Amino acid sequence: MSKDNEILEQFTSKEYEHGWNIDLEADQAPKGLSEEIIHFISAKKEEPQWLLDWRLKAYRAWTKMEEPDWANVKFPKINYQDIIYYSAPKQKVKPKSLDEIDPELLDTFKKLGISLEEQKRLTGVAVDAVLDSVSVATTFKDKLGELGIIFCSFSEAVKEHPELVKKYLGSVVPQGDNYFSALNSAVFTDGSFCYIPKGVRCPMELSTYFRINAANTGQFERTLIVAEEGSYVSYLEGCTAPQRDENQLHAAVVEIYVQKDAEVKYSTVQNWYPGDKNGKGGIYNFVTKRGICAGDNAKLSWTQVETGSSVTWKYPSCILKGDNSTGEFYSVAVTNNMQQADTGTKMIHIGKNTKSRIVSKGVSAGKSQNSYRGQVKVMKRAEGARNFSQCDSLLMGDQCGAHTFPYIDVENKSAQVEHEATTSKIGEDQIFYCTQRGIDEESAIALIVNGYCKEVLNQLPMEFAVEAQKLLALTLEGSVG
Amino acid sequence: MLKIKNLHASIEGKDILNGINLEIKPGEVHAIMGPNGSGKSTLASVLAGREEYEVTDGEIEYLGKDLLDLSPEDRAREGVFLAFQYPVEIPGVSTTNFLKTAINQIREYRGQEPLDAVSFLTTMKEKMKLVEIDQALLSRSLNEGFSGGEKKRNEIFQMAMLEPKLSILDETDSGLDIDALRIVANGVNKLKTSETSTIVVTHYQRLLDYIVPDFVHVLYKGKIVKSGDKNLALELEEKGYDWIKEEVDTATA
Repeated sequence: MSKDNEILEQFTSKEYEHGWNIDLEADQAPKGLSEEIIHFISAKKEEPQWLLDWRLKAYRAWTKMEEPDWANVKFPKINYQDIIYYSAPKQKVKPKSLDEIDPELLDTFKKLGISLEEQKRLTGVAVDAVLDSVSVATTFKDKLGELGIIFCSFSEAVKEHPELVKKYLGSVVPQGDNYFSALNSAVFTDGSFCYIPKGVRCPMELSTYFRINAANTGQFERTLIVAEEGSYVSYLEGCTAPQRDENQLHAAVVEIYVQKDAEVKYSTVQNWYPGDKNGKGGIYNFVTKRGICAGDNAKLSWTQVETGSSVTWKYPSCILKGDNSTGEFYSVAVTNNMQQADTGTKMIHIGKNTKSRIVSKGVSAGKSQNSYRGQVKVMKRAEGARNFSQCDSLLMGDQCGAHTFPYIDVENKSAQVEHEATTSKIGEDQIFYCTQRGIDEESAIALIVNGYCKEVLNQLPMEFAVEAQKLLALTLEGSVG
Repeated sequence: MLKIKNLHASIEGKDILNGINLEIKPGEVHAIMGPNGSGKSTLASVLAGREEYEVTDGEIEYLGKDLLDLSPEDRAREGVFLAFQYPVEIPGVSTTNFLKTAINQIREYRGQEPLDAVSFLTTMKEKMKLVEIDQALLSRSLNEGFSGGEKKRNEIFQMAMLEPKLSILDETDSGLDIDALRIVANGVNKLKTSETSTIVVTHYQRLLDYIVPDFVHVLYKGKIVKSGDKNLALELEEKGYDWIKEEVDTATA
């Protein structure tokens, strides 16, 4: 930081010391966004000065930016001054048993095949002492701790491992990267931190643990994953169970740093509330996800199943910097009713012999709009780079839309870039073939859609693949007939 | 088993079936023959409940029930099976997975527990022999990249697995070489019992050398214009359809 900036920053923060007029004891910040609010959030979270400065830098960048409008989605203008950016986790009165839960929600859980214990956890029902999720989480944590794996909330990481957070935070997605990542950097409240030390292979899917912790993540979530040389981790975020939230705007950031010979597999199942049949009340999910294969032979693989949210805007990307590094993107995006999704990936080939693979399966039903947007960029020194992209769209009915926007930018002659795209419709013939064998129409559609998405679903950890299949069927329920 | 009375059906306003009457008893094999466009495949589709066809008149009684009242899936669950002339491809869904879904939905309809994996596999192994089908084929995406013969064998394999009461074979012989034809026909014959009935829709007599019918009906202009025993098929093979067409056309002229 230059001297001028330093002085400027000291000055600005000082000013707030005097001008402080938000009650620090308050459970939530007043509406709106200002430097003052950022001070409030940072103070609430007892953060070190460097992180406050980091947030302020992001905020200042954000104020100079304009909300982008290039995505193929439409939604009413967001009033950023009408949002509450900090609200302490409330101690809600816990329901005593599942009998007190909305039967419709329970029915959905049942259809998804979610266990009773899990249902209780998701709905906040108090659980038996033996199965208390906290103790389960602690057990996992001890086991991981023995291997030197750090897996905790972002806030905890800031306190316990500040040197690691400081080193990697913003290293893949800088504060000023884009409008929503800048916003997130300024106001994020919590998220997850994961660190796999050199040569360690994480012995379990980090899904189970995460799901236990997933319940109270905020709308501006921050995730940072660091895989040191030769390590491996499979990380799963999200949940097939429907998630509601009173906050409409979600702008998360996920950063992944993959060192030499390391491998990270990141899977997401996103099922945020999509709104009602007319699209009212759904979540806007504007996420920045990016990873860097920093060292040679590193590998990063994204798998996503997107079924929720009224508007989805996300492009999990890979920067392939290390020679021979590999990036993969497997995606299923299902939209129904009035949902809109603009999703895809970016593969940036920098190192020699870098490889990337994109498999995107879009399913549109109802009056929804589903777009694939992907960029493959091969830089000058990326000798021998290879990419294969497969983008398929499946349409149900005649009122939905499927769009493909591939951008290919190649600066090295030895590169090989392949792009294949198909668009198909679920045929009456296919459905009749199934019903003639005794399969009802809803199940027939589920079977056909799952078959179509198989290549992507196969990438998911086993137990999640099963849930994801059911989720696809549920999302498309009532879409034909 | 099946009683068709005065059946009229149309597609997009065009009349295809103009008063079909047919009765089939348990254990019988009926062949439906006729020139192109006579309504053979339409009859098969209407029986299976294909929605594009509109039944404008008549009734169909199947095992004492009104067949036209049942959805396609309920007809299947009640034991009606159609071997498709053009089996449909379903990418990413294996025959095994497809059949498991079908069988368990049929069992649910009948109030039975789902079949466990072991029993399912045992049944599958046993039925595979009937149509000399390979395990590898059953793990592949349904009908995707199958040869003509493989598709038809797969249809009969599904028939074997679902154990229907009334099977309708819609031009199952089309696109088959002589060896495949023999295999398919053998499968059908082995599945035949005194309780089950079969309708064989075909253009040519050669399939009937293997699946011997009790009755042969000639369909022309949406009506059954002639019925007889297996010798009628032989006669048609020898003389073609023209003499029947002439007979009918003179009579109605």
